[in-house]
Amino acid sequence: MTILVVAEHENGAVAPATLNTVAAAAKIGGDIHVLVAGANVGGVAESAAKIAGVAKVLVADNAAYAHALPENVAPLLVELAKGYSHVLAPATTNGKNILPRVAALLDVDQISEIIAVESADTFKRPIYAGNAIATVQSNAAIKVITVRTTGFDAVAAEGGSAAVEAVAAAHDAGKSAFVGEELAKSDRPELTAAKIVVSGGRGMGNGDNFKHLYALADKLGAAVGASRAAVDAGFVPNDMQVGQTGKIVAPQLYIAVGISGAIQHLAGMKDSKVIVAINKDEEAPIFQVADYGLVADLFEAVPELEKLV
Amino acid sequence: MKVLVAVKRVVDYNVKVRVKADNSGVDLANVKMSMNPFCEIAVEEAVRLKEKGVASEIVVVSVGPTAAQEQLRTALALGADRAILVEAADELNSLAVAKALKAVVDKEQPQLVILGKQAIDSDNNQTGQMLAALTGFAQGTFASKVEVAGDKVNVTREIDGGLQTVALNLPAIVTTDLRLNEPRYASLPNIMKAKKKPLETVTPDALGVSLASTNKTLKVEAPAARSAGIKVKSVAELVEKLKNEAKVI
Repeated sequence: MTILVVAEHENGAVAPATLNTVAAAAKIGGDIHVLVAGANVGGVAESAAKIAGVAKVLVADNAAYAHALPENVAPLLVELAKGYSHVLAPATTNGKNILPRVAALLDVDQISEIIAVESADTFKRPIYAGNAIATVQSNAAIKVITVRTTGFDAVAAEGGSAAVEAVAAAHDAGKSAFVGEELAKSDRPELTAAKIVVSGGRGMGNGDNFKHLYALADKLGAAVGASRAAVDAGFVPNDMQVGQTGKIVAPQLYIAVGISGAIQHLAGMKDSKVIVAINKDEEAPIFQVADYGLVADLFEAVPELEKLV
Repeated sequence: MKVLVAVKRVVDYNVKVRVKADNSGVDLANVKMSMNPFCEIAVEEAVRLKEKGVASEIVVVSVGPTAAQEQLRTALALGADRAILVEAADELNSLAVAKALKAVVDKEQPQLVILGKQAIDSDNNQTGQMLAALTGFAQGTFASKVEVAGDKVNVTREIDGGLQTVALNLPAIVTTDLRLNEPRYASLPNIMKAKKKPLETVTPDALGVSLASTNKTLKVEAPAARSAGIKVKSVAELVEKLKNEAKVI
């Protein structure tokens, strides 16, 4: 049994999501190979080779694979997949974009966002916004799976010494082209990887008031998230959204400020270790999942909290 | 150009679902069903393209039970021109749905196919990408902006770090993200008119599609419940608990 893990990378470095995905592969058992596809990704391949538990790194370095366009990357994966029992990718936007295309080309069903490995062919995944957990068995010859990164503890980024092998295959479907991108700039930790997340909701009132959360977050070394209400009201950009339709986080500590706790929001954060809710409405559903609830005006409580931590 | 929109009948997003006692699935008896929210956004985008004069006809399609006609009628009331129901009783996996949709695409020859990014019941986020693979079309997933320009469509996509814009050759597949648009409500006169619009029913057999799947759901369980928390009286008490009891800061 050999498992192919599709590496997620950005700015010439392996993204942390790759380490969680390798951890899921290790639970399945067997040799783990990592595919690094992109343009000028020699450095990424070298760092991927150091990931603990990786036996081999395949590098597909070609201009056609830049920006991970699925029309070009999927045929590459289909060609490589023939030699593997499992193909895994993190459930990032890239993983979600590319892998179903691979699965359909292989004529197999995909299993999305697994949170646990029961055996080599049986996995657990959340459905209905996390309100039910399904155990799914696959009898496909090649199992195509995306991994919810918060379900698996990352393996060590150092300590491995895998061989790096170049893949010559070049697939350029010529059907799509990258036009541009607009990335949100932030010095704070990445939302999905942060140990502490401070999130604001509609109760923040306006975008300017998020400065209270930024101040608290900087003191805690935390990332800042938001509910959909805060994003839709234009307080903050949408890549900060936590929830079923945004990012899924599972930090050590999640502080929900002015968030009522709709099920779509809970789907994105209820696996956090400790949840704190600060809300002036004591009936807010967020208090049903919060380990520590504080019924208070956030504009008094948050600055005070910032002083005391 | 012709636009094809796929819609799914799902449990209403406000319903808190319960897992059946025998762990065979989720209890959907007597639960309110609706059009999947992302599919509503897909219908809205198609209607806006028609209002701009870009789209000439909107065909809406659903793969599912007879009752999915309700959701197709809703789409017709929102502005779709005609509807196709691929009638299938079983709960289908994404690949089977994509294969049924592929057969409809072959027949209808749309220039653009719009789907939601995911259904809120299975949370799979697969069908659009699979349909793109089967048809060989380019795909613009998680779209927050769609602009048709000549023989291409520019799609701005929501990605993890922000936004990305790609140019796709037509015909293409687009899947909608929440911020693409705000769906309209169906007016009563339009709901009445929608009853007269054509709705064709076909079977997967007639389309020559097999609904077999390589996946099997063994059981469905309720998630582990969180133990009840406590309410603290002050910020000082909160900080003390986080430091000494939970030890997370």
